[in-house]
Amino acid sequence: MTTPMEGAGAAQAHLDEQSEAKPSRFAGLTRWWDGLHRWQQWAVLAVAAVLVYLLPVLNPPLITSEPSNDFPITCVTMAIYALAALGLNVVVGQAGLLDLGYIGFFAVGAYVTALWTSQDSSFVHIPYLWTLPLAMIVTVFFGIILGLPTLRLRGDYLAIVTLGFGEIIRLLATIIPALKGQTGFQNVGAPPGTDSDGNPIFANNKGVPWYWLTVTIIIIVMLLLGNLERSRAGRAWVATREDEDAAEIMGVPTFKFKLWAFAIGAAIGGLSGALFGGLNGFVNNQKFDVQTSMLFLAAVVLGGAGNKFGAVIGGALIAYIPLRFTGIAEYKYLIFGAILVLLMIFRSQGLLGARNHLLTYASRARRWLSDRPGSTPAPATKESGS
Amino acid sequence: MHTLLAAAAADESWITLDWSALAQDFWPSTIDGLTFGSIYALVALGYTLVYGVLNLMNFAHSEVFITGAYAVVFTLSGLGFGASPPNLSWAAIALNLVLACAAAMAAAAGVAFLLERIAYRPLRRRNAPRLVFLITAIGMSFVIQNIFFAWRGATAEPAVIMMPTKPVFDIGGTIIYLDTLIIVIAAVAMMVGVDQLIRRTRLGRGIRAVAQDPDTATLMGVNKERIIVSTFVIGGVLAGAAALFYVMKVPSGVVFNGGFILGIKAFTAAVLGGIGNVRGALLGGLLLGVIGNYGQVLLGSSQWTDVVAFVVLVLVLMVRPEGILGSNLAKVRA
Repeated sequence: MTTPMEGAGAAQAHLDEQSEAKPSRFAGLTRWWDGLHRWQQWAVLAVAAVLVYLLPVLNPPLITSEPSNDFPITCVTMAIYALAALGLNVVVGQAGLLDLGYIGFFAVGAYVTALWTSQDSSFVHIPYLWTLPLAMIVTVFFGIILGLPTLRLRGDYLAIVTLGFGEIIRLLATIIPALKGQTGFQNVGAPPGTDSDGNPIFANNKGVPWYWLTVTIIIIVMLLLGNLERSRAGRAWVATREDEDAAEIMGVPTFKFKLWAFAIGAAIGGLSGALFGGLNGFVNNQKFDVQTSMLFLAAVVLGGAGNKFGAVIGGALIAYIPLRFTGIAEYKYLIFGAILVLLMIFRSQGLLGARNHLLTYASRARRWLSDRPGSTPAPATKESGS
Repeated sequence: MHTLLAAAAADESWITLDWSALAQDFWPSTIDGLTFGSIYALVALGYTLVYGVLNLMNFAHSEVFITGAYAVVFTLSGLGFGASPPNLSWAAIALNLVLACAAAMAAAAGVAFLLERIAYRPLRRRNAPRLVFLITAIGMSFVIQNIFFAWRGATAEPAVIMMPTKPVFDIGGTIIYLDTLIIVIAAVAMMVGVDQLIRRTRLGRGIRAVAQDPDTATLMGVNKERIIVSTFVIGGVLAGAAALFYVMKVPSGVVFNGGFILGIKAFTAAVLGGIGNVRGALLGGLLLGVIGNYGQVLLGSSQWTDVVAFVVLVLVLMVRPEGILGSNLAKVRA
């Protein structure tokens, strides 16, 4: 019974070694993180969350984008990009499906919000907060429509088809009169509530409430995604990403799980789009181009594909750099392009590498086994039945 | 979505099929589609060759193309061409165009060569996974595009008219102009040339061998690195030719991001015909050009061209996941 298992343990150890083969500042960080107990990890996260919440209020010097861009607004933009990158990370990082048209889902989310709240649309008007779940439902629908015919294709074909989808959404926004092309929709709704002076809390020029809302949503989404990663779906995604044929042979219904990844990614994209529409209070066809899609992808890769925290950090950076260094904002694509190339050549796993643990609680199991006196070299944990 | 459609339909019908316009414009739009299709096909060849040998979707190929287009514009404006047709004899015009074409080919091939050297070779040394290659390609595409942006700004280069419009002959009321004729004939001739090169020459045999099995090809004495560089350079040369025709067709279309969408459509053409398949690239390019044009006339707006192209791509891939002619450079028999 032990012989094959020992082999698996060695293979897993070898994988871990490989993923930690390139020492760097971040690898050390990751190792420190993995060495902590679960409660310690939660404590660190809680402190980090408080700091993140206070970011626009503190408005720290050096970090602030103030003279040129309002810092709270910068923070919301960062948060919205981080949320979008989080969604794309499910598709690209977890399931290994290259989606180059992610902006399409973002656009659909923004348009759903505009259509159901703006005075310029002839639709039934519903409160803004209800459009968030509605945007998710509509984008999931779009994700499935796009995924059903294309997810059976090979990886790079999928890339070109998704790219086409993103373009089609942008062009339809121009063509369909009900979507108002470049004129767009003014006065997109916002969450309710007024402060003591009777001004709306969620005004388009006040970043802090929007920021808190978005960060809260990010935290909820991250908790849900963390559970997903440790579930059967997450394992299926990793298996599909690593070797689709092998996964299929081992009985993983890869198509179904790929479609799931696509749908979940789409829903998060739609959600971030809806927040984007609400924050700006204006939605038209100008901001949903292929380049932005590529920026989202750059965010995921920058942070480290397959790593939630990496995606959030990557997304925030992509939004932050042009707003902070306005002198170079014009050249942001040049800079991001160069960073992407250098990253891929010298550190292709991104700033925080992906976590290659196929086995969910491998780190804890290893620690538990190595803590026992006179223990044999750690055998791999048994995968709970899936 | 249904509510949206219903609302849109109630608003005003935004999707109308104007069959009479198509019937009326059938031949002109076919000819025009073939012209653009030839340009797509030439660019698509660059994608297909590199894909066949490296299994890499070379996203930056669109920037190889736009480099060629810049070279054409710079050369011709240096030779005194401008916004009005040149006042030269046809022989002089032809000589100038050959010069511009040579400049474009050299520039595009140079950029393709550098791309391979700077970005892809280090990755091959590391045996990087495919996603890494693709993202590098996207990064390089951004870099080259924005080098042009930093250098030439966001406005298009001033138009360069290469030749007076000269009707050559007309078929049943449809006038064929000289530039159209040159583009289609030259492009198809080049593609036939590349096809023969792949099938009959020693270099072509090397390309097929590397596409089939790089390791065995190396053991059999094929210089893999040289073959890979050659495919990039051939793709660059063809993109340079495509750039000349593009400027001929769209005199004021040279702008830093002008290659991006065209590149995407060329790649779509390559996939449509079967990626890695030289004849597929020709077929896919011509089909995409013609279908896009029909869609544009039928639906009454140029916005529809790309939508139609992508929808057709998805439909074809659903039926034939490998593209129309199948996708394998390695299966080509001499």
